[in-house]
Amino acid sequence: MKIAIASGKGGTGKTTLATNLASFLAETEKIILVDLDVEEPNSGLFISGENIHEEDKFKMIPEWKKDECILCGNCQKVCNFNAVMKLGEMIMVFPELCHGCYACSELCPTKSLPMKPKKMGELKHFKSGNLVFIESKLIIGEEQAVPLIKQTLNYVDRNFPKRTIEIFDAPPGTSCPVIEATKDADLILLVTEPTPFGLHDLKLAVETMKELKKEMGVIINRFGIGDANVERYCEKNNIPIIAKIPNMRKIAEIYSEGNLLYKKIPEVKTQLEDIIAFISKFQQEVTL
Amino acid sequence: MKEIVIISGKGGTGKTSITASFAYLGGKDVIVADCDVDAADMHLLMQPDIGRSEDFYSGLLAEINQEKCIKCGKCADVCRWDAIPIIDNQYIVQALDCEGCGYCARVCPTDAIRMIEQNVGDWFISDIKTGTKMVHAKLGVGAENSGKLVAKVKNEAKALAEKEEKAIIIVDGSPGIGCPVVSSLSGANYVILVTEPSVSGIHDLKRVYELVKKFGIKAGCIINKADINIKKTNDIHTLLKEENIDLICEIPYDENFTKAMTMGKTIVEFDNGKIKQILEDSWEKIKIAN
Repeated sequence: MKIAIASGKGGTGKTTLATNLASFLAETEKIILVDLDVEEPNSGLFISGENIHEEDKFKMIPEWKKDECILCGNCQKVCNFNAVMKLGEMIMVFPELCHGCYACSELCPTKSLPMKPKKMGELKHFKSGNLVFIESKLIIGEEQAVPLIKQTLNYVDRNFPKRTIEIFDAPPGTSCPVIEATKDADLILLVTEPTPFGLHDLKLAVETMKELKKEMGVIINRFGIGDANVERYCEKNNIPIIAKIPNMRKIAEIYSEGNLLYKKIPEVKTQLEDIIAFISKFQQEVTL
Repeated sequence: MKEIVIISGKGGTGKTSITASFAYLGGKDVIVADCDVDAADMHLLMQPDIGRSEDFYSGLLAEINQEKCIKCGKCADVCRWDAIPIIDNQYIVQALDCEGCGYCARVCPTDAIRMIEQNVGDWFISDIKTGTKMVHAKLGVGAENSGKLVAKVKNEAKALAEKEEKAIIIVDGSPGIGCPVVSSLSGANYVILVTEPSVSGIHDLKRVYELVKKFGIKAGCIINKADINIKKTNDIHTLLKEENIDLICEIPYDENFTKAMTMGKTIVEFDNGKIKQILEDSWEKIKIAN
């Protein structure tokens, strides 16, 4: 089963929840935690383990070979992203604009734009007891997160059986990287905080997940600050509030050191147990 | 004209609350641009009165005319995103998977595929409570091309600043290091990095600063919640010295940020003590920094 942990607003506690939930679950069963926030992956700061495997991830971009090129300009014409341009006697490729559609390459009459791999990021695979941890990191300067997220998910699908619980730490926001990280998930856990920013961005996240026809539950982090509008919104829209993690300065302090919370703060452990109960119930309903 | 962009790498460091405070302190002298189009929150503190609203079209989506389709499958063969599966014996484009490259339309032997421009969001110019204008946007659900919408917001803000003869544009940037951030940074004169003293805060600060360096823009840093972890705050000081980044200020952990937000106020309207003083001093520094 795939569980994606998402949020509209950044910094609400996605990574905190993902790492604590995965580590707690891994005390009794095999769990796969995947950090899909490839622009700023942070789960690895809270999880240590034995390095199992590392690989570079590539995207395919065209490379101009001038020998056979007849400078017909078809490549420029077929590229919808302005990534290939004919400038005088030259064909220029702009890798950061290229989406890797292959149109210029395959439609070139002289095969003068063969596709070549370009490194866009690195995937790392760790293991610590029952916990498998996979993270990918985008190279700085690469603008597109989606291809790396896709390849990371493919790696997980290839290497692990479907029945294992997989937890995805998704990127913030509601745009294309979030869609890629959540579209295959069975259940979405939305982490928010009880503030106007938290509520506003939660609404966007809920709209997005409704569009994807996803089952979801909400976890309110820093519960106790702000106001009650997040709870009202969830009740009104029939979205279950699964847990409320209290607002405690101590939590921020433990987190700042890169340590897990549930071993030190009983209130967090109780909330994780509620989340796990919700997941088990969901799993039973799905398999029925 | 000076363009100041505030980014953070990591979310939840207080970027928008701090940006809104500077917008408040800048008053009539600045134009405000909210470039965090994915999760735009500035308007919650700025009370915009929307004056102009426009649709934003960007990117394409393939559409198959089933009457013209001869089901040869060439479109599905060339699609690198597997966006054209067969459903009920028809080739159907999956909107969320389609990248808009148009390769399918080019190889279709019967011209059955049209590429349609997508409405990916709206952008607005609004009067805000500080007596100036703000350019902001709302990205459609699951939309692509947020980088292009960011560029649009920034260009409109620039045009507005020129027209109204404002010396400063304050830009609330987006989190991460991807295309919306790259768009936020292009053309900026000064970057403010908002961070917090935590392992994640420092990790993300380093990554986003690597990106800023590629643009060669001078940067300053605000350490929010600085007293949460004194040791990590000192680590940030060391990093800033090594990289020649200005330390603009340190702000202590304070739940008044949240209290102000629940009232739709910036912290400088709500707090009359230490935090207000810190932000006022910071704004004076930022105005002259280059």
